[in-house]
Amino acid sequence: MSGIGLKLRRIGLLAVSALAFLQPPAHAQLTIEITGAGANRIPVAIADFGGEASASRVVTSVVRGDLERSGVFKMIDTSGVAMTETSNPAYPEWRGRGADALAAGSIGGSDDGRQEARFRLYDVNKQAVLGGSAFVTSKAMLRAAGHRIADMIYEKLTGEPGVFSTRVAYVVRVSAARYELHISDADGQNAQVALISKEPIISPSWSPDGGRLAYVSFENKKPVVYVHSLASGKRVVVANFKGSNSAPAWSPDGRKLAVVLSKEGGSQIFIVNADGSGAQRLTTDNAINTEPNFSPDGQFVYFTSDRGGSPQIYRVSVGGGEAQRVSFEGSYNVTPRLSPDGKTMAFISRRDGSFRLSVMDLASRQVQVLTDSHKDESPTFSPNGRMILIATEMGGRGVLSAVSIDGRIKQRLSITAGDVREPAWGPFNK
Amino acid sequence: MTTGGVDSRGLPAALTDPKSVLSKRSVYFDYDSYEVKAEYKDLVTAHAKFLTENRQFKMLIQGNTDERGSREYNLALGQKRADAIRKMLSLLGAREDQLESVSLGEEKPKNEGHNESAWAENRRGDMLYNGEF
Repeated sequence: MSGIGLKLRRIGLLAVSALAFLQPPAHAQLTIEITGAGANRIPVAIADFGGEASASRVVTSVVRGDLERSGVFKMIDTSGVAMTETSNPAYPEWRGRGADALAAGSIGGSDDGRQEARFRLYDVNKQAVLGGSAFVTSKAMLRAAGHRIADMIYEKLTGEPGVFSTRVAYVVRVSAARYELHISDADGQNAQVALISKEPIISPSWSPDGGRLAYVSFENKKPVVYVHSLASGKRVVVANFKGSNSAPAWSPDGRKLAVVLSKEGGSQIFIVNADGSGAQRLTTDNAINTEPNFSPDGQFVYFTSDRGGSPQIYRVSVGGGEAQRVSFEGSYNVTPRLSPDGKTMAFISRRDGSFRLSVMDLASRQVQVLTDSHKDESPTFSPNGRMILIATEMGGRGVLSAVSIDGRIKQRLSITAGDVREPAWGPFNK
Repeated sequence: MTTGGVDSRGLPAALTDPKSVLSKRSVYFDYDSYEVKAEYKDLVTAHAKFLTENRQFKMLIQGNTDERGSREYNLALGQKRADAIRKMLSLLGAREDQLESVSLGEEKPKNEGHNESAWAENRRGDMLYNGEF
């Protein structure tokens, strides 16, 4: 007990502490509620996993929870059924229950004596095996095994990779003098604290390999850009020039960062090496230029500028040159974020005084407003491009909300002890 | 050429005495604007004069915005506000190496309310001397 007290007090004395070993936060984790679901959900039955009871319960509930929260599936009741991946499915019975797909599995020992999670997925109508797999696991990794299984089921049934094994970073404002950078699983569980600071932290951005986070910290009474290695907890300053340093965005190959520096006057976008060396100015206009985001092919940088009199979205070739305006509707369009396939741009648009998540089909320039909320900000795509995570406000508190790119599926992620903000969805877990 | 005593941070009374114009440090801005309004010209001029006559002093100018809109765009807007004050000080005789303009964006609101009067208080540039930041 006294050890914990000492450690907390020590952290309290420092302006900032980067944690070498990620630690669970002191307060509650993110909880997810579904507030809207897809129109045509796939009916799927997940039989209770067999094997050791407590381990099986964890895996079953993770798989069901992931699939249900995705908004893409409807869970079919499996009560009264005892089966595993070795059973022959009673297809007519499952058809009678309304399932299109069925998964069954178990937790057991692997050949080398370790624990293994096995499952098989069936097409009920075709009466055929769709796939199956076995994951070596351990007690601590049971949830991860469940996410892997849910990812495979999702991919087999939708044709797109699942994102249940990915992670999200976000900032919790615990109080005016305590900010924490958290990293949790995509379902909000298993949250870990990467950084504690007395001053704000904004704009976290994942390196494409998922190993590092760039962010802006105000711990030196001004915005400075850091890159933080998650495994070691070590941080390097990437931009700390005279004036403000902010808005880091990784190039798709992970070798460079776009950052916004005011050292030459105004807010200008620069490209720097990932260690902060070799800063080269990209924008030349004297107006505000900020919120850079690379296109997935690495050819363009999308950004926000008020060069035309109001904040609008532009893009410029990474080699420089004339910028082209991308957004036209309305007087406030900010925070461009490209989908992983480069076809869609998520951004925040002011409509009737409210800030709302919008998407633009870049080929047709067609815009769709996806929410009716008041204060959306900081959109970030899931790595499969299906969902967009945003920060928004609910009952005066900061919460995160995940919205499908057609606007139909909505989930709310909140934390009881503080404002949650600045989400960044991590890459696929390789 | 400062007069009077100094406080514990080494600041002369001219900067801290509530009766001195130099004790006032804030410039307020209109929504989405980074233009220093005419009513703040005398205040900025007085600080420029102080910096010109006291070259050992350095100033950090912090730009702030209200909470509406994107955090990073607001950071850039706060920078424009701080830059506008810095440029004016510089034109009036302060040296660039005495000045640094930075932005806190919407991150450090003076008034945590969510209405126009709170927002007006937060659309602000603050002039801080060494020892004050």
